[in-house]
Amino acid sequence: MAVELIKERKAVAMTGNQAIAEAMRQINYDVAAAYPISPQTELMGFFAEYLANGLVDTEFITVESEHSAMSAVIGAAAAGARAMTATAAQGLLYMYENLPIASNWRLPITMVLVNRALSAPLNIHCDHGDAMTARDSGWIQLFTENSQEAYHSLIMAVKIAESALLPAIVNMEGYIVSHTIGNVNLLTDAEVREFIGESDWRKNVPHPLLDTDNPVTYGATALPDYYTELKYPQHLATFEAKEHVKRVLEEFNRLAGTNYQVIEPYKLDDADFAIVVMGSTAGVARTAADQLREKGIKAGVLKIRLFRPFPYEEIAEALKHIKAVAVLDRHDSMNGLASPLYQDIASALYHLPERPMLHDFIYGLGGREVTVEDMLKAFNRLINIYTGRETRDRFTEYLQVRE
Amino acid sequence: MTKRKKFVNIPVLTNLAEESRDWPYENPLAPGHRMCPGCSIPPIVNMALLEYGKDVVTGSNTGCLEVTTGVFPYTAWTVPWIHVAFENNAAVISGAEAAYRAFKKKGKIDKEIHFVSINGDGGSYDIGFQSLSGAAERNHNMLYICYNNEGYQNTGYQRSSATPIGAFTKTTPVGSKVVGKEEKRKDLTLIMAAHEIPYTAQANPFNYKDFTYKIKKTKDIKGFKFINVLQSCTLSWRTKPEDAFRALKLATETLYWPLYEVLEGKFWRINIKPAKPKPIEDYIAMQPRWRHVLKMPEVLDRIKEEIYTKWDFLVRMEKLSKELAEDLGFSLDEIFNMSWEEYQDKVKPKLKEKTYLF
Repeated sequence: MAVELIKERKAVAMTGNQAIAEAMRQINYDVAAAYPISPQTELMGFFAEYLANGLVDTEFITVESEHSAMSAVIGAAAAGARAMTATAAQGLLYMYENLPIASNWRLPITMVLVNRALSAPLNIHCDHGDAMTARDSGWIQLFTENSQEAYHSLIMAVKIAESALLPAIVNMEGYIVSHTIGNVNLLTDAEVREFIGESDWRKNVPHPLLDTDNPVTYGATALPDYYTELKYPQHLATFEAKEHVKRVLEEFNRLAGTNYQVIEPYKLDDADFAIVVMGSTAGVARTAADQLREKGIKAGVLKIRLFRPFPYEEIAEALKHIKAVAVLDRHDSMNGLASPLYQDIASALYHLPERPMLHDFIYGLGGREVTVEDMLKAFNRLINIYTGRETRDRFTEYLQVRE
Repeated sequence: MTKRKKFVNIPVLTNLAEESRDWPYENPLAPGHRMCPGCSIPPIVNMALLEYGKDVVTGSNTGCLEVTTGVFPYTAWTVPWIHVAFENNAAVISGAEAAYRAFKKKGKIDKEIHFVSINGDGGSYDIGFQSLSGAAERNHNMLYICYNNEGYQNTGYQRSSATPIGAFTKTTPVGSKVVGKEEKRKDLTLIMAAHEIPYTAQANPFNYKDFTYKIKKTKDIKGFKFINVLQSCTLSWRTKPEDAFRALKLATETLYWPLYEVLEGKFWRINIKPAKPKPIEDYIAMQPRWRHVLKMPEVLDRIKEEIYTKWDFLVRMEKLSKELAEDLGFSLDEIFNMSWEEYQDKVKPKLKEKTYLF
């Protein structure tokens, strides 16, 4: 049986990958399946060491590909197990075929996505291109800013997935978070295990394959006469999921003393201008907002924690009074009006009687460093467009490109 | 087929056991599935799973078996069954098996549950080859059955790497320049034997005693088991439905589909040796899909070369295996008749003693 290692809360210095491995140990999954891909490799390596030293009970399936990683966790979850995988970029694309299947079957799988840019050109560093490809897959998606949030989010994701009966992705930025040491306050093993509850194959999913007395069929074909009826309940479930997320965040806040919300506004109440952003860039953006405020410009930041289901009501409420908003997208959705986050924000604001002006910046591609200067540049360009000092040809611009 | 009782929010068909109690059938695959008349998949599945009983978790890749047995809201499966996609059932079942092991070791489940994955040749030889090889290498405790009908029948008969030389398919038509498939069959059974998994075999539902013997044998063995079963397809082979099993009979009688088994890639035994093999022409003549090659001596010669050299190879492997068995103080039959435990206790230590330079 899993060993109880951490009996008292403690603060440690950990990289994101170490923190996630620590969360995996405390969660003590029934099954984990993964295939190596940078920057996720290290994470599974840390976990394998826990396994090799008998600290966890997990059956770790070292599959021959990401496609099989997702296939194996689907099989494990359908059997009744608490199951997880972790991947990045091309690995996510390779397993993608199975993502909408897991969500339609309402399997509470958790996945750590160590965000990495998509090929081509090949690049192992961070952007959100991988996460964006999964936005229509029916998976819940949480974004995290640092290793502390990544650690907390995986613990929360287990409970979110199991109460919403939907699979959940925890995004952790490759290298920027995965390989960077930060302060992590660890909960005790007992606290984590009590929070998520004991894994029981009879209860983890409504129809476990292992219940051979009550045989079930997973994966029957549904033709035009039934397909719609099997999609609609899932459609409704994704709307209900937001309430599950909020409830679990509240429960977790009570446990850990955190203040996690689906969105995190920073100095937005009286702001004229704001940046909307996900992941580690939020910290840089907050610094830039503070610097602008010193100069008398009322700037603020909105960090999105819950990306799917998209908290459009909360976002509309938070941004409705702002004059102009710059959406920072760490991914380019080619051939679209603008990038994915911009499109979502625009949709969230569309039904307001009065809306802020919106502008989209694509930034931080392939691990390009993001500085306070970059954020100030984004704010200044936004303000100049808003005040008419500068013009724009398109709604979307590359923030950091050398031309 | 059974219809589930109420509409649930999750697209999983439930309450099957309750309804199946009223049936006069024991079969894991209930009547009413949508397979073609003369299809030999249902007897393969039923014969195999009857040996495994009710405490079994099964699954399939996308393909004929999948699409004909579960069309919402009906299912023909009276045992737990899962289908995810075309190429991954070996991985899916390996995950379910790992889940079982996880709960078993914690004492959270008492039952002995077996795991069986049943897939076509497209999903095994081609697109699913990677997940099959991976699950085999990880040696999950599961049986993998390939029902091999030598082509993509569910999509209307395209070539697979199991399609024989000269055969017509929709992607290898018979034209004036090219006549049917040019390449010979991939030998998946040999490839799986080379994985040195505990048990590999080739079987034929016509030789049902041999087939059920092999299934029974796999139930006792811990680790990955692979059985490649030839399966006649009336739709694409264009054999008459009533001739399906006659064609299968000839497949083994002509040495086209030899029946043999391999233990850990080390001991090879041929199960059925026709005293006088029938001419391959007899087998081909029953199948309009490649009857045209009867008039093409060169193609026919290539087919014969493939079949007879393979048979020769198997005979030699068996001969070597007999020698090895005798060196260890057993007969080859004794080794195959042992239980898996006995094999581990008696044969393996001697094998190590004799084979390695300890």
